[in-house]
Amino acid sequence: MLAPTIAILGIFGIVPFLYVLYVAFHQWNPFGANPYMIYNGAGNFRRLVFDSEFLTSIAFTLKFAFFAVFSEVILGYLLAQLFMREFPGRAFFRTIHTLPLIVAPIVVGSVWRLMTTPSIGIIPYLLKSWFGYDLNIGRDATMAFALTVIMDIWHWTPLVTLTLLAALVSLPKEPFEQAQIDGANRWQIFWHVTLPMIRPAILATVFIRLMDALRTVDEVWMLTGGGPGAATRYLGLHIWKIVFPKTDYGYGSATSIIVLYLTLVMCWLLYVALVARRGQRRTP
Amino acid sequence: MRANRPVYSILLWTFLSLLTLFPIYWLFVISVKPAVELFTTPSVLLETVYWKNYVKVLGDDTLRRYMFNSIVISTGNATLVTILAFMACYALSRFDLAGKENIFFWTITNRMAPAAVFLLPFFLLFTQVFVIGEWKLYDTRTGMILLYCTFNLPFAIWTLRPTIDGIPKELDEAATVDGATTWQVIREVIFPLARPGLAVTLILTWVFAWNEFLLAATLTSFNARTITTGLSEYVTTTGTEWGAMASIAIITLLPALLIFSVVQRHIVAGLTFGAVKE
Repeated sequence: MLAPTIAILGIFGIVPFLYVLYVAFHQWNPFGANPYMIYNGAGNFRRLVFDSEFLTSIAFTLKFAFFAVFSEVILGYLLAQLFMREFPGRAFFRTIHTLPLIVAPIVVGSVWRLMTTPSIGIIPYLLKSWFGYDLNIGRDATMAFALTVIMDIWHWTPLVTLTLLAALVSLPKEPFEQAQIDGANRWQIFWHVTLPMIRPAILATVFIRLMDALRTVDEVWMLTGGGPGAATRYLGLHIWKIVFPKTDYGYGSATSIIVLYLTLVMCWLLYVALVARRGQRRTP
Repeated sequence: MRANRPVYSILLWTFLSLLTLFPIYWLFVISVKPAVELFTTPSVLLETVYWKNYVKVLGDDTLRRYMFNSIVISTGNATLVTILAFMACYALSRFDLAGKENIFFWTITNRMAPAAVFLLPFFLLFTQVFVIGEWKLYDTRTGMILLYCTFNLPFAIWTLRPTIDGIPKELDEAATVDGATTWQVIREVIFPLARPGLAVTLILTWVFAWNEFLLAATLTSFNARTITTGLSEYVTTTGTEWGAMASIAIITLLPALLIFSVVQRHIVAGLTFGAVKE
Protein backbone atom coordinates (compact mmCIF):
# COMPACT_ATOMS: atom_id res chain seq x y z
CA MET A 1 0.00 0.00 0.00
CA LEU A 2 3.04 2.22 0.30
CA ALA A 3 4.06 1.37 -3.23
CA PRO A 4 2.10 4.13 -5.06
CA THR A 5 3.47 6.78 -2.72
CA ILE A 6 7.02 5.57 -3.15
CA ALA A 7 6.56 5.31 -6.92
CA ILE A 8 5.21 8.85 -7.28
CA LEU A 9 7.75 10.45 -4.98
CA GLY A 10 10.48 8.42 -6.65
CA ILE A 11 9.53 9.53 -10.13
CA PHE A 12 8.92 13.15 -9.16
CA GLY A 13 11.52 13.42 -6.39
CA ILE A 14 14.56 11.30 -7.20
CA VAL A 15 14.50 11.13 -11.00
CA PRO A 16 14.55 14.95 -11.41
CA PHE A 17 17.41 15.16 -8.94
CA LEU A 18 19.53 12.60 -10.81
CA TYR A 19 18.65 14.22 -14.10
CA VAL A 20 19.62 17.71 -12.99
CA LEU A 21 22.88 16.29 -11.63
CA TYR A 22 23.58 14.74 -15.04
CA VAL A 23 22.80 17.91 -16.96
CA ALA A 24 24.90 20.01 -14.56
CA PHE A 25 28.07 18.44 -15.95
CA HIS A 26 27.21 19.39 -19.51
CA GLN A 27 27.14 22.49 -21.58
CA TRP A 28 23.68 22.66 -23.07
CA ASN A 29 21.77 25.52 -24.59
CA PRO A 30 19.25 24.13 -27.10
CA PHE A 31 18.71 27.55 -28.67
CA GLY A 32 22.37 28.56 -28.62
CA ALA A 33 25.08 28.23 -31.25
CA ASN A 34 25.60 24.57 -30.40
CA PRO A 35 22.30 22.97 -29.41
CA TYR A 36 23.72 19.61 -28.28
CA MET A 37 24.73 18.47 -24.84
CA ILE A 38 28.49 18.57 -24.49
CA TYR A 39 30.24 17.11 -21.48
CA ASN A 40 32.35 19.76 -19.82
CA GLY A 41 33.13 18.28 -16.44
CA ALA A 42 33.10 20.77 -13.60
CA GLY A 43 33.14 23.73 -16.01
CA ASN A 44 29.72 24.99 -14.95
CA PHE A 45 30.63 24.87 -11.31
CA ARG A 46 33.93 26.66 -11.96
CA ARG A 47 32.02 29.41 -13.74
CA LEU A 48 29.54 29.62 -10.88
CA VAL A 49 32.15 30.38 -8.25
CA PHE A 50 33.19 33.54 -10.09
CA ASP A 51 29.71 34.56 -11.22
CA SER A 52 29.12 37.90 -9.51
CA GLU A 53 25.39 37.86 -10.33
CA PHE A 54 24.99 34.54 -8.58
CA LEU A 55 27.03 35.63 -5.56
CA THR A 56 25.05 38.89 -5.32
CA SER A 57 21.86 36.91 -5.45
CA ILE A 58 23.01 34.68 -2.59
CA ALA A 59 23.95 37.74 -0.55
CA PHE A 60 20.58 39.42 -1.18
CA THR A 61 18.69 36.23 -0.38
CA LEU A 62 20.51 35.78 2.91
CA LYS A 63 19.99 39.45 3.77
CA PHE A 64 16.30 39.16 2.95
CA ALA A 65 15.89 35.95 4.96
CA PHE A 66 17.77 37.42 7.91
CA PHE A 67 15.80 40.68 8.12
CA ALA A 68 12.45 39.01 7.48
CA VAL A 69 12.84 36.11 9.90
CA PHE A 70 14.47 38.21 12.61
CA SER A 71 11.68 40.81 12.59
CA GLU A 72 9.01 38.14 12.37
CA VAL A 73 10.31 36.26 15.40
CA ILE A 74 10.51 39.41 17.55
CA LEU A 75 7.14 40.75 16.41
CA GLY A 76 5.56 37.32 16.63
CA TYR A 77 6.81 36.86 20.17
CA LEU A 78 5.44 40.24 21.28
CA LEU A 79 2.08 39.53 19.65
CA ALA A 80 1.95 36.07 21.22
CA GLN A 81 2.52 37.71 24.61
CA LEU A 82 -0.34 40.11 23.87
CA PHE A 83 -2.58 37.14 23.13
CA MET A 84 -1.68 35.65 26.50
CA ARG A 85 -3.75 38.36 28.19
CA GLU A 86 -7.41 37.81 28.83
CA PHE A 87 -9.68 40.17 26.97
CA PRO A 88 -13.04 39.96 25.25
CA GLY A 89 -12.91 39.08 21.56
CA ARG A 90 -9.54 37.36 21.76
CA ALA A 91 -10.54 34.43 19.53
CA PHE A 92 -11.99 36.83 16.97
CA PHE A 93 -8.82 38.93 16.78
CA ARG A 94 -6.73 35.79 16.56
CA THR A 95 -8.76 34.64 13.56
CA ILE A 96 -8.22 37.96 11.80
CA HIS A 97 -4.54 37.88 12.64
CA THR A 98 -4.25 34.40 11.07
CA LEU A 99 -5.91 35.45 7.82
CA PRO A 100 -2.81 36.39 5.78
CA LEU A 101 -1.45 32.85 6.13
CA ILE A 102 -4.04 31.42 3.78
CA VAL A 103 -3.66 34.05 1.06
CA ALA A 104 -1.86 32.70 -2.00
CA PRO A 105 1.68 34.17 -2.24
CA ILE A 106 0.95 35.40 -5.74
CA VAL A 107 -2.08 37.32 -4.41
CA VAL A 108 0.04 38.78 -1.61
CA GLY A 109 2.42 40.04 -4.26
CA SER A 110 -0.47 41.60 -6.21
CA VAL A 111 -1.89 43.24 -3.11
CA TRP A 112 1.38 44.90 -2.23
CA ARG A 113 1.97 45.91 -5.79
CA LEU A 114 -1.38 47.67 -5.82
CA MET A 115 -0.51 49.33 -2.53
CA THR A 116 2.87 50.62 -3.64
CA THR A 117 2.72 51.35 -7.35
CA PRO A 118 3.14 55.12 -7.77
CA SER A 119 -0.09 56.95 -8.73
CA ILE A 120 -2.32 53.99 -7.82
CA GLY A 121 -1.12 52.84 -4.44
CA ILE A 122 -2.05 54.45 -1.20
CA ILE A 123 1.40 54.17 0.38
CA PRO A 124 3.31 56.41 -2.05
CA TYR A 125 0.42 58.88 -1.92
CA LEU A 126 0.44 59.13 1.86
CA LEU A 127 4.21 59.32 2.06
CA LYS A 128 4.16 62.10 -0.49
CA SER A 129 1.42 64.17 1.10
CA TRP A 130 2.51 63.69 4.73
CA PHE A 131 6.30 63.60 4.51
CA GLY A 132 7.00 64.79 0.98
CA TYR A 133 8.82 61.53 0.32
CA ASP A 134 8.80 60.03 -3.17
CA LEU A 135 8.45 56.27 -3.02
CA ASN A 136 9.18 54.53 -6.27
CA ILE A 137 10.09 50.88 -5.91
CA GLY A 138 10.73 50.67 -9.63
CA ARG A 139 13.79 52.87 -9.11
CA ASP A 140 14.80 52.79 -5.48
CA ALA A 141 16.64 49.54 -4.75
CA THR A 142 16.73 49.98 -0.97
CA MET A 143 13.01 50.69 -0.76
CA ALA A 144 12.23 47.74 -3.03
CA PHE A 145 14.25 45.50 -0.74
CA ALA A 146 12.60 46.93 2.36
CA LEU A 147 9.16 46.42 0.87
CA THR A 148 9.79 42.76 0.09
CA VAL A 149 10.77 42.36 3.74
CA ILE A 150 7.67 44.23 4.95
CA MET A 151 5.48 42.14 2.67
CA ASP A 152 7.00 38.97 4.06
CA ILE A 153 6.44 40.23 7.60
CA TRP A 154 2.79 40.93 6.83
CA HIS A 155 2.37 37.48 5.32
CA TRP A 156 4.22 35.29 7.81
CA THR A 157 4.34 36.95 11.25
CA PRO A 158 1.00 35.25 12.15
CA LEU A 159 2.68 31.87 11.75
CA VAL A 160 5.35 32.83 14.29
CA THR A 161 2.72 34.27 16.63
CA LEU A 162 0.75 31.04 16.55
CA THR A 163 3.66 28.67 17.08
CA LEU A 164 5.05 30.77 19.93
CA LEU A 165 1.58 31.21 21.42
CA ALA A 166 1.17 27.44 21.47
CA ALA A 167 4.52 27.15 23.23
CA LEU A 168 3.68 29.87 25.77
CA VAL A 169 0.29 28.38 26.60
CA SER A 170 1.84 25.00 27.33
CA LEU A 171 4.40 26.38 29.83
CA PRO A 172 3.99 25.50 33.51
CA LYS A 173 3.00 28.38 35.83
CA GLU A 174 5.21 27.60 38.82
CA PRO A 175 8.55 28.99 37.55
CA PHE A 176 6.90 32.36 36.84
CA GLU A 177 5.31 32.54 40.29
CA GLN A 178 8.58 31.53 41.89
CA ALA A 179 10.47 34.20 39.96
CA GLN A 180 7.97 36.85 41.01
CA ILE A 181 8.30 35.84 44.64
CA ASP A 182 12.06 36.12 44.27
CA GLY A 183 11.55 39.69 43.08
CA ALA A 184 12.61 39.31 39.47
CA ASN A 185 11.61 42.13 37.13
CA ARG A 186 9.91 41.56 33.77
CA TRP A 187 13.11 41.55 31.79
CA GLN A 188 14.75 39.07 34.15
CA ILE A 189 11.72 36.80 33.97
CA PHE A 190 11.85 36.91 30.20
CA TRP A 191 15.58 36.30 29.98
CA HIS A 192 16.00 33.65 32.67
CA VAL A 193 12.62 31.90 32.74
CA THR A 194 10.59 32.30 29.56
CA LEU A 195 13.35 32.28 26.98
CA PRO A 196 15.11 29.08 28.08
CA MET A 197 11.77 27.28 28.22
CA ILE A 198 10.48 28.31 24.79
CA ARG A 199 13.87 28.09 23.06
CA PRO A 200 13.00 24.81 21.28
CA ALA A 201 9.80 26.38 19.93
CA ILE A 202 11.70 29.47 18.75
CA LEU A 203 14.32 27.37 17.00
CA ALA A 204 11.69 25.20 15.33
CA THR A 205 9.88 28.33 14.13
CA VAL A 206 13.08 29.88 12.82
CA PHE A 207 13.80 26.61 11.04
CA ILE A 208 10.44 26.55 9.25
CA ARG A 209 10.49 30.26 8.42
CA LEU A 210 14.08 30.29 7.21
CA MET A 211 13.47 27.43 4.79
CA ASP A 212 10.44 29.27 3.43
CA ALA A 213 12.19 32.63 3.24
CA LEU A 214 15.09 31.15 1.31
CA ARG A 215 12.78 29.82 -1.37
CA THR A 216 10.51 32.88 -1.65
CA VAL A 217 9.65 33.48 -5.28
CA ASP A 218 5.99 34.16 -6.00
CA GLU A 219 5.44 37.30 -3.93
CA VAL A 220 8.63 38.99 -5.06
CA TRP A 221 7.98 38.02 -8.66
CA MET A 222 4.69 39.86 -8.47
CA LEU A 223 5.88 42.88 -6.47
CA THR A 224 9.16 43.80 -8.11
CA GLY A 225 9.97 41.09 -10.66
CA GLY A 226 13.46 40.94 -9.13
CA GLY A 227 14.18 44.58 -9.84
CA PRO A 228 15.18 47.32 -9.83
CA GLY A 229 18.38 45.98 -11.34
CA ALA A 230 18.99 42.84 -9.35
CA ALA A 231 18.17 44.27 -5.92
CA THR A 232 15.40 41.79 -5.12
CA ARG A 233 16.49 38.98 -7.40
CA TYR A 234 16.47 36.23 -4.81
CA LEU A 235 17.82 32.76 -5.58
CA GLY A 236 14.57 31.25 -6.83
CA LEU A 237 14.03 34.11 -9.27
CA HIS A 238 17.69 34.03 -10.23
CA ILE A 239 17.48 30.36 -11.26
CA TRP A 240 14.34 31.07 -13.25
CA LYS A 241 16.06 33.93 -15.05
CA ILE A 242 19.06 31.83 -16.08
CA VAL A 243 17.03 28.86 -17.12
CA PHE A 244 14.07 30.22 -19.02
CA PRO A 245 14.80 33.51 -20.75
CA LYS A 246 18.42 32.47 -21.46
CA THR A 247 17.74 28.70 -21.94
CA ASP A 248 21.17 27.96 -20.49
CA TYR A 249 20.18 24.51 -19.22
CA GLY A 250 23.60 23.19 -18.25
CA TYR A 251 24.52 26.24 -16.22
CA GLY A 252 21.03 26.46 -14.72
CA SER A 253 21.32 22.85 -13.56
CA ALA A 254 24.64 23.53 -11.88
CA THR A 255 23.13 26.56 -10.13
CA SER A 256 20.15 24.47 -8.99
CA ILE A 257 22.45 21.82 -7.54
CA ILE A 258 24.49 24.37 -5.63
CA VAL A 259 21.39 26.12 -4.28
CA LEU A 260 19.94 22.79 -3.19
CA TYR A 261 23.23 21.94 -1.53
CA LEU A 262 23.39 25.28 0.30
CA THR A 263 19.79 24.89 1.48
CA LEU A 264 20.46 21.39 2.75
CA VAL A 265 23.57 22.52 4.60
CA MET A 266 21.64 25.32 6.30
CA CYS A 267 18.80 22.92 7.11
CA TRP A 268 21.26 20.49 8.57
CA LEU A 269 23.06 23.11 10.66
CA LEU A 270 19.79 24.32 12.12
CA TYR A 271 18.63 20.78 12.69
CA VAL A 272 21.84 20.01 14.56
CA ALA A 273 21.35 23.16 16.61
CA LEU A 274 17.81 22.03 17.45
CA VAL A 275 18.81 18.51 18.42
CA ALA A 276 21.88 19.67 20.32
CA ARG A 277 19.71 21.91 22.49
CA ARG A 278 17.38 19.07 23.25
CA GLY A 279 20.31 16.79 24.04
CA GLN A 280 21.75 19.36 26.42
CA ARG A 281 18.53 19.52 28.34
CA ARG A 282 18.39 15.80 28.69
CA THR A 283 21.91 15.28 30.08
CA PRO A 284 21.98 17.19 33.42
CA MET B 1 -0.13 41.16 36.20
CA ARG B 2 -2.54 39.93 33.59
CA ALA B 3 -6.20 40.60 32.88
CA ASN B 4 -6.08 44.12 34.25
CA ARG B 5 -6.85 46.53 31.39
CA PRO B 6 -8.76 44.70 28.66
CA VAL B 7 -9.66 48.01 26.98
CA TYR B 8 -6.06 48.61 25.94
CA SER B 9 -5.77 45.09 24.57
CA ILE B 10 -8.91 45.54 22.52
CA LEU B 11 -7.81 48.91 21.16
CA LEU B 12 -4.37 47.59 20.28
CA TRP B 13 -5.75 44.53 18.56
CA THR B 14 -8.30 46.56 16.67
CA PHE B 15 -5.45 48.64 15.31
CA LEU B 16 -3.36 45.56 14.46
CA SER B 17 -6.35 43.90 12.80
CA LEU B 18 -6.83 46.97 10.64
CA LEU B 19 -3.18 46.71 9.60
CA THR B 20 -3.76 43.06 8.69
CA LEU B 21 -6.98 43.65 6.82
CA PHE B 22 -6.19 46.90 5.07
CA PRO B 23 -4.11 45.43 2.18
CA ILE B 24 -6.92 43.01 1.34
CA TYR B 25 -9.49 45.78 1.61
CA TRP B 26 -7.36 47.91 -0.72
CA LEU B 27 -7.33 45.07 -3.24
CA PHE B 28 -11.11 45.09 -3.14
CA VAL B 29 -11.25 48.89 -3.52
CA ILE B 30 -9.10 48.75 -6.65
CA SER B 31 -11.17 45.91 -8.05
CA VAL B 32 -14.39 47.92 -7.92
CA LYS B 33 -13.11 51.15 -9.43
CA PRO B 34 -13.30 52.13 -13.06
CA ALA B 35 -9.92 52.73 -14.69
CA VAL B 36 -10.38 56.51 -14.93
CA GLU B 37 -10.82 56.90 -11.18
CA LEU B 38 -7.65 54.96 -10.34
CA PHE B 39 -5.28 57.76 -11.16
CA THR B 40 -7.09 60.46 -9.26
CA THR B 41 -6.37 61.01 -5.59
CA PRO B 42 -6.38 57.60 -3.90
CA SER B 43 -9.25 57.38 -1.47
CA VAL B 44 -9.90 54.75 1.12
CA LEU B 45 -13.66 55.09 1.07
CA LEU B 46 -15.85 53.77 -1.69
CA GLU B 47 -18.32 56.17 -3.22
CA THR B 48 -19.56 53.95 -6.00
CA VAL B 49 -19.13 50.28 -6.60
CA TYR B 50 -18.29 49.40 -10.15
CA TRP B 51 -18.66 45.70 -10.94
CA LYS B 52 -17.60 45.88 -14.60
CA ASN B 53 -14.11 44.55 -13.83
CA TYR B 54 -15.62 41.33 -12.53
CA VAL B 55 -18.04 41.10 -15.44
CA LYS B 56 -15.13 41.52 -17.82
CA VAL B 57 -12.90 38.98 -16.07
CA LEU B 58 -15.62 36.37 -15.68
CA GLY B 59 -16.64 36.87 -19.30
CA ASP B 60 -13.12 36.24 -20.58
CA ASP B 61 -12.89 32.76 -22.12
CA THR B 62 -9.18 32.38 -21.37
CA LEU B 63 -9.57 33.26 -17.72
CA ARG B 64 -12.62 31.01 -17.39
CA ARG B 65 -10.48 28.23 -18.77
CA TYR B 66 -7.75 28.97 -16.24
CA MET B 67 -10.27 28.92 -13.39
CA PHE B 68 -11.68 25.63 -14.64
CA ASN B 69 -8.14 24.19 -14.84
CA SER B 70 -7.41 25.35 -11.30
CA ILE B 71 -10.53 23.67 -10.00
CA VAL B 72 -9.81 20.40 -11.86
CA ILE B 73 -6.15 20.32 -10.84
CA SER B 74 -6.73 21.20 -7.18
CA THR B 75 -9.61 18.76 -6.81
CA GLY B 76 -7.83 15.97 -8.69
CA ASN B 77 -4.61 16.46 -6.79
CA ALA B 78 -6.24 16.75 -3.35
CA THR B 79 -8.29 13.60 -3.96
CA LEU B 80 -5.35 11.60 -5.25
CA VAL B 81 -3.06 12.77 -2.48
CA THR B 82 -5.56 12.02 0.26
CA ILE B 83 -6.21 8.50 -1.04
CA LEU B 84 -2.49 7.76 -1.40
CA ALA B 85 -1.68 9.25 1.99
CA PHE B 86 -4.48 7.22 3.58
CA MET B 87 -3.04 4.02 2.11
CA ALA B 88 0.52 4.96 3.03
CA CYS B 89 -0.39 5.88 6.60
CA TYR B 90 -2.36 2.67 6.99
CA ALA B 91 0.68 0.70 5.85
CA LEU B 92 3.06 2.70 8.07
CA SER B 93 0.79 2.26 11.04
CA ARG B 94 -0.31 -1.39 10.71
CA PHE B 95 2.44 -3.31 8.95
CA ASP B 96 5.82 -4.11 10.35
CA LEU B 97 7.94 -2.77 7.52
CA ALA B 98 11.71 -2.72 7.57
CA GLY B 99 13.00 0.86 7.81
CA LYS B 100 9.55 2.42 7.81
CA GLU B 101 10.69 5.41 9.84
CA ASN B 102 13.31 6.09 7.18
CA ILE B 103 10.68 5.87 4.48
CA PHE B 104 8.52 8.30 6.45
CA PHE B 105 11.40 10.73 6.88
CA TRP B 106 12.31 10.46 3.21
CA THR B 107 8.77 11.39 2.13
CA ILE B 108 8.99 14.49 4.31
CA THR B 109 12.30 15.63 2.83
CA ASN B 110 10.59 15.85 -0.54
CA ARG B 111 8.79 18.91 0.75
CA MET B 112 11.89 20.66 2.06
CA ALA B 113 13.60 21.25 -1.27
CA PRO B 114 13.03 24.67 -2.84
CA ALA B 115 10.66 24.39 -5.81
CA ALA B 116 12.88 26.64 -7.91
CA VAL B 117 15.64 24.04 -7.86
CA PHE B 118 13.37 21.50 -9.51
CA LEU B 119 11.94 23.82 -12.15
CA LEU B 120 14.50 22.92 -14.77
CA PRO B 121 14.54 19.14 -14.29
CA PHE B 122 10.74 19.06 -14.29
CA PHE B 123 10.63 21.22 -17.38
CA LEU B 124 13.08 18.98 -19.20
CA LEU B 125 11.42 15.77 -18.05
CA PHE B 126 8.00 17.05 -19.02
CA THR B 127 9.05 18.24 -22.47
CA GLN B 128 11.71 15.69 -23.45
CA VAL B 129 11.50 12.52 -21.37
CA PHE B 130 7.88 11.85 -20.41
CA VAL B 131 6.79 11.85 -24.03
CA ILE B 132 4.73 9.24 -25.84
CA GLY B 133 4.69 9.99 -29.55
CA GLU B 134 3.06 13.40 -29.94
CA TRP B 135 1.82 13.46 -26.38
CA LYS B 136 3.85 15.21 -23.69
CA LEU B 137 3.25 15.61 -20.00
CA TYR B 138 4.02 19.31 -20.43
CA ASP B 139 0.97 21.58 -20.27
CA THR B 140 -1.45 18.82 -19.26
CA ARG B 141 -3.71 18.79 -16.24
CA THR B 142 -2.61 15.20 -15.54
CA GLY B 143 0.97 16.41 -15.35
CA MET B 144 0.13 19.12 -12.86
CA ILE B 145 -1.98 16.77 -10.73
CA LEU B 146 0.92 14.32 -10.49
CA LEU B 147 3.50 17.05 -10.02
CA TYR B 148 1.73 18.66 -7.06
CA CYS B 149 2.07 15.32 -5.27
CA THR B 150 5.71 16.18 -4.62
CA PHE B 151 4.79 18.82 -2.07
CA ASN B 152 1.26 17.76 -1.11
CA LEU B 153 1.78 14.05 -0.57
CA PRO B 154 4.47 14.43 2.14
CA PHE B 155 2.31 17.03 3.81
CA ALA B 156 -0.76 14.78 3.69
CA ILE B 157 1.16 11.83 5.14
CA TRP B 158 2.49 14.11 7.86
CA THR B 159 -0.95 15.39 8.89
CA LEU B 160 -2.80 12.10 8.49
CA ARG B 161 -0.40 9.84 10.32
CA PRO B 162 -1.39 10.79 13.89
CA THR B 163 -5.04 10.17 13.00
CA ILE B 164 -4.42 6.67 11.69
CA ASP B 165 -1.95 5.85 14.47
CA GLY B 166 -4.56 6.99 16.96
CA ILE B 167 -7.10 4.38 15.87
CA PRO B 168 -6.62 1.44 18.26
CA LYS B 169 -5.30 -1.73 16.66
CA GLU B 170 -7.68 -3.78 18.80
CA LEU B 171 -10.53 -2.62 16.57
CA ASP B 172 -8.82 -4.12 13.50
CA GLU B 173 -8.13 -7.31 15.38
CA ALA B 174 -11.69 -7.62 16.64
CA ALA B 175 -13.02 -7.15 13.11
CA THR B 176 -10.53 -9.71 11.76
CA VAL B 177 -11.63 -12.22 14.37
CA ASP B 178 -15.20 -11.66 13.22
CA GLY B 179 -14.05 -12.72 9.75
CA ALA B 180 -13.54 -9.36 8.02
CA THR B 181 -10.99 -9.15 5.19
CA THR B 182 -8.30 -6.46 5.19
CA TRP B 183 -10.30 -4.47 2.68
CA GLN B 184 -13.40 -4.68 4.86
CA VAL B 185 -11.41 -3.58 7.89
CA ILE B 186 -10.20 -0.53 6.01
CA ARG B 187 -13.63 0.33 4.65
CA GLU B 188 -15.77 -0.43 7.70
CA VAL B 189 -13.43 0.35 10.61
CA ILE B 190 -10.56 2.64 9.68
CA PHE B 191 -12.23 4.87 7.12
CA PRO B 192 -15.22 6.01 9.23
CA LEU B 193 -12.97 6.79 12.19
CA ALA B 194 -10.39 8.63 10.08
CA ARG B 195 -12.99 10.71 8.26
CA PRO B 196 -12.40 14.04 10.10
CA GLY B 197 -8.65 13.78 9.56
CA LEU B 198 -9.20 12.89 5.92
CA ALA B 199 -11.46 15.91 5.44
CA VAL B 200 -8.88 18.30 6.88
CA THR B 201 -6.14 16.77 4.73
CA LEU B 202 -8.31 17.04 1.64
CA ILE B 203 -9.14 20.69 2.28
CA LEU B 204 -5.61 21.80 3.09
CA THR B 205 -4.01 20.05 0.13
CA TRP B 206 -6.72 21.55 -2.06
CA VAL B 207 -5.79 25.04 -0.89
CA PHE B 208 -2.07 24.42 -1.41
CA ALA B 209 -2.67 23.15 -4.93
CA TRP B 210 -4.93 26.10 -5.67
CA ASN B 211 -2.36 28.61 -4.40
CA GLU B 212 0.64 27.15 -6.24
CA PHE B 213 2.19 29.42 -8.83
CA LEU B 214 5.82 28.83 -9.78
CA LEU B 215 5.51 25.27 -11.09
CA ALA B 216 2.30 26.06 -12.91
CA ALA B 217 3.87 29.09 -14.55
CA THR B 218 6.80 27.04 -15.80
CA LEU B 219 5.19 23.77 -16.77
CA THR B 220 2.07 24.94 -18.57
CA SER B 221 1.62 27.23 -21.53
CA PHE B 222 -2.08 27.45 -22.28
CA ASN B 223 -4.13 24.25 -22.01
CA ALA B 224 -3.47 23.59 -18.35
CA ARG B 225 -2.75 27.12 -17.10
CA THR B 226 -4.10 27.92 -13.66
CA ILE B 227 -5.68 31.05 -12.27
CA THR B 228 -2.60 32.06 -10.26
CA THR B 229 -0.62 32.09 -13.48
CA GLY B 230 -3.39 34.04 -15.16
CA LEU B 231 -3.03 36.64 -12.44
CA SER B 232 0.68 37.07 -13.12
CA GLU B 233 0.09 37.22 -16.87
CA TYR B 234 -2.21 40.15 -16.37
CA VAL B 235 0.63 42.18 -14.97
CA THR B 236 3.27 41.44 -17.55
CA THR B 237 1.22 41.58 -20.73
CA THR B 238 -1.36 44.23 -19.97
CA GLY B 239 0.20 46.00 -17.02
CA THR B 240 -2.19 48.91 -17.05
CA GLU B 241 -5.40 47.02 -16.31
CA TRP B 242 -5.12 47.26 -12.56
CA GLY B 243 -8.84 46.90 -11.93
CA ALA B 244 -9.07 43.63 -13.82
CA MET B 245 -5.94 42.34 -12.13
CA ALA B 246 -7.34 43.18 -8.69
CA SER B 247 -10.59 41.39 -9.47
CA ILE B 248 -8.72 38.26 -10.58
CA ALA B 249 -6.74 38.45 -7.34
CA ILE B 250 -10.00 38.65 -5.37
CA ILE B 251 -11.38 35.67 -7.29
CA THR B 252 -8.18 33.72 -6.59
CA LEU B 253 -8.46 34.64 -2.94
CA LEU B 254 -12.12 33.71 -2.44
CA PRO B 255 -12.08 29.89 -2.22
CA ALA B 256 -9.21 29.89 0.25
CA LEU B 257 -10.98 32.57 2.28
CA LEU B 258 -14.24 30.60 2.42
CA ILE B 259 -12.43 27.45 3.44
CA PHE B 260 -10.44 29.37 5.99
CA SER B 261 -13.54 30.63 7.73
CA VAL B 262 -14.82 27.05 8.04
CA VAL B 263 -11.75 25.17 9.25
CA GLN B 264 -9.57 27.94 10.66
CA ARG B 265 -8.19 25.99 13.59
CA HIS B 266 -7.04 23.02 11.51
CA ILE B 267 -5.44 25.24 8.92
CA VAL B 268 -3.27 26.73 11.62
CA ALA B 269 -2.09 23.31 12.74
CA GLY B 270 -1.49 22.33 9.13
CA LEU B 271 0.43 25.37 8.03
CA THR B 272 2.81 25.20 10.92
CA PHE B 273 3.71 21.74 9.64
CA GLY B 274 3.12 19.99 12.92
CA ALA B 275 4.98 22.53 15.04
CA VAL B 276 1.78 23.50 16.86
CA LYS B 277 -0.02 20.76 18.70
CA GLU B 278 -3.35 22.26 19.65
